[in-house]
Amino acid sequence: MTAEFRASLSDIEALLAPLAEELAFISPGSDGGLLAINAIIMDLEGLSPDELPPQVAVAVGTARVWLDTILDGTGQFTDEAVAFFQEWHDWMTEALTAAHTGTPPPAWPVAWVLAAPAVVAPPAPLAPAAAPPQVAAPEPAAEVAAQTAFGAPEERSITLNIAADGDLLREFHSESMELLQTIEQGLLVLEENPQDTGTINSIFRAFHTFKGGAGFLHLDAMRDLAHELESLLDAIRRGERSVSMSTIDAILGGTDALALYIREIGEQMNGVNAGAPIVVPTSQLILRVQAALRGEPDPVVVPVVLPAAVAAEPPGPSIEVLPATPLATPMATPMAQSAVATPVSSLAAVVPVPAPVTVAAAPKAPAPRAAAAPARNDADRDGAAGFVKLETSKLDSLINLVGELVIAQSMVLQNPDVQNINSLELVRSVRQLSRVTKELQRNATSLRMVPIRGLFKKMGRLVRDLAINTQKQVQLVLDGEETELDRNIVDKMADPLIHMIRNAIDHGLESPAERVAAGKSALGTIRLSASHARGGIVIRIDDDGRGLNGERILRKAIEKGLIHSELGLSESEVYSLIFLPGFSTAEKVTDLSGRGVGMDVVRGSIESLRGKVETQSALGVGTTFKILLPLTLAIIDGLLVGVGEERYIIPTLSVRESFRPHAGMVTSVQGRGEMVAVRGRQTPVLRLGAYIGTTSHSTRPEDGILIVVESGDQSRALLVDELIGKQEVVIKSLGHAFEQQNIVAGGAVLGDGWIGLILDVDTLVRLPQNTRAPVLTNSAGNH
Amino acid sequence: MTDISATNIPMAAGAGRYLTFILGASSYGIPVLNVREIIRLSPITPVPKMPHYIKGVINLRGTVVAVLDLRSKFEMPTIPYGERTCIVVIQVPGSTGGNILMGAVVDAVEEVVSLAANEIEPTPDFGGMPDTQYILGIATIRGGVKTLLNIQKIFLEDGSVAMHGITPQTLSNVTE
Repeated sequence: MTAEFRASLSDIEALLAPLAEELAFISPGSDGGLLAINAIIMDLEGLSPDELPPQVAVAVGTARVWLDTILDGTGQFTDEAVAFFQEWHDWMTEALTAAHTGTPPPAWPVAWVLAAPAVVAPPAPLAPAAAPPQVAAPEPAAEVAAQTAFGAPEERSITLNIAADGDLLREFHSESMELLQTIEQGLLVLEENPQDTGTINSIFRAFHTFKGGAGFLHLDAMRDLAHELESLLDAIRRGERSVSMSTIDAILGGTDALALYIREIGEQMNGVNAGAPIVVPTSQLILRVQAALRGEPDPVVVPVVLPAAVAAEPPGPSIEVLPATPLATPMATPMAQSAVATPVSSLAAVVPVPAPVTVAAAPKAPAPRAAAAPARNDADRDGAAGFVKLETSKLDSLINLVGELVIAQSMVLQNPDVQNINSLELVRSVRQLSRVTKELQRNATSLRMVPIRGLFKKMGRLVRDLAINTQKQVQLVLDGEETELDRNIVDKMADPLIHMIRNAIDHGLESPAERVAAGKSALGTIRLSASHARGGIVIRIDDDGRGLNGERILRKAIEKGLIHSELGLSESEVYSLIFLPGFSTAEKVTDLSGRGVGMDVVRGSIESLRGKVETQSALGVGTTFKILLPLTLAIIDGLLVGVGEERYIIPTLSVRESFRPHAGMVTSVQGRGEMVAVRGRQTPVLRLGAYIGTTSHSTRPEDGILIVVESGDQSRALLVDELIGKQEVVIKSLGHAFEQQNIVAGGAVLGDGWIGLILDVDTLVRLPQNTRAPVLTNSAGNH
Repeated sequence: MTDISATNIPMAAGAGRYLTFILGASSYGIPVLNVREIIRLSPITPVPKMPHYIKGVINLRGTVVAVLDLRSKFEMPTIPYGERTCIVVIQVPGSTGGNILMGAVVDAVEEVVSLAANEIEPTPDFGGMPDTQYILGIATIRGGVKTLLNIQKIFLEDGSVAMHGITPQTLSNVTE
């Protein structure tokens, strides 16, 4: 194998290792590991085809066919599939070894070719329909509608279960709108430049995602159509088929049909004909797509789209096909002329009718449609049509600018010259300005905020799969799904949350028998909740399982050399040991958890979001993980404190309380430095001025303010001179020169133009305290 | 700053325009292409527990910029900041892409000079004076000696650099 593949070989190997682990656990008649394997194969497919050794690329394709067969079928591995995947993995390993040594790849197993599962058998092609009624309607959907009018086969219908799947459907709906847009835009690009691999890949992925979503919601007719389209794109992606006008037509036709489904789903979500079966004629489309996949000419007699016609009109993005009436979607109006014949007929095709028989291409919209028009207007306003997709970097810069504006405003207002102006007019204008900027800031910040619902819903699926896998009975209770937080945080919380839920089900909850024996209900409960607290968000994961076993954790930690002795560790300090790298109490390694990457990674990701985790547990009763997160990454709520001439910002999320100590409250403990009793707990005191090296005004503690900050389960009282105020600040990176230090986490421009430094509370809390040696080894403090 | 590629600092000084400034008794030059702007000394927020030559951070119209004191960096005796003290904001390409802004406190800014290739000499061997790697060359203009600095090396490296000004005297000592 040539050297150019070498770079990607390590990528493949990196993916094969987890795959091997997954494969070790698959068994016939079960779906365990299916999703994980699918994800890994998708990652493999995501590697650029040019970088893969050709045989490996083909092998990945073969695995994909098997997987799709399983996913589209029973959803469970068969004996043959298990055998195939084991053999496949062996072959891949050999092929990679061969690639490394430069020897030819191993022989292609003959069995694969023979045993490859048949692709879902297409329905027998029917007699092609005659030419559509309207000559000037090259829109694929119009063809479809027209064809169905001429005695097409019975079309399958889909029925929505709005009551049960409402949220999922809504999410699927808005996601699909984006996907369809991606596809259409991509097709336009492909028409200009059929070789654009990036675009082909993105369309392929869009169909793949679409298929996944439809399959998940049991929208089989949609899923099958998306599957065919995906296969066609896959063939194009692999260079087996080229992009021709008729391929694009076929794909566009399919896309339009999918768009019709989506539109109808959107309507039903808004209460129009909710629950009625949705019929979109797809069988002819599927035939066309399959023909294109086989490289055969289009089986359906359609008017050939002349290149001139294409140049004159944009080739049928769904928006042209979709509008029921031009006034329902004003933006489609310019194109309405070309689409005028189309919408009516395609509409007729989607009108839900009790019997799953398509209404012929009637020249007029049926009555229910007309009645539904106002409702659709509303839907367009609050539905997916009201969304704008934009780069997050643009949002970030907007939010930053607004932050600057607020600062600039207060710099103007605090200017002594301005303050000396004695004018009611000015006061009024200033008040108005402040109101506008405050509102602007609130709005700008809210742009990034999304409800945590989407993330929580994903966990529902995970819990279901895990429960089946582990043969435990688990119910997931969600709470506070409407809580909003920064989109970046939501995205980055997915992995930690998945891991923690896996842990909770795998290690936390007992088997039904054990639970019953312990006098609990066989049904275990995991409660996932989100709420606002302490200026941020708290995500709680409660389980009612066996709880953390402190003794076992300690034993394990000592055994693994993570700590030297168990002396002096509080209960919560013991629990925090599970977050150390390399710690795992699972006595048997399962395919769910216990693979080495563990809670340390979870804590790492949470801390990278400036959040923290707290653990509470009671043996036999359950465990609670509390994840505290900031609302947003760009702005923090901070306490502005003064130490000598300097001012510092302490993130409010880390502050537990602040108070002015009485004389004598702070005591010197021999060998342990100064301590103060906070709510009955001795808390070490850190004189911030002395530590930082500025002259502090308060030599006696009672002259200053103690701010109790916490990190993990440790806390420390910082002695500062004064509490200046509480304010929201826009965090700025200090840049290259300060990467090495960990006392200051960032800077913020204050109202007077000066920079306030944001203290890194984690560092301050974990500072060794005079002569008291740290109990935990270094790794405990690292993050 | 129109030519982006020019911000990649060469290992030897090339012809071009240089900003010269004074530290103590000596004059130094840095390529104008790396100078973003020159600002008057503005309030510097000290950052605790940093090396002595890092003075802190300033607010450059909303951007936080680290400021280092070139006298401290070059292990020269520090003097109180005066009327002519100013901050030269320098832009150097960072190791991970993107530009890094840094402010350098200098005693005074002199002028912008155009140096032809024949006016620049390679760094002479100062006979044991250690830090010649921070010097790209020496230029002699109108009888004055300018030390041309390798600013990328100076600004992106930790630690201070023992750099004693090159004056006509030191030069003549070397040549003797």
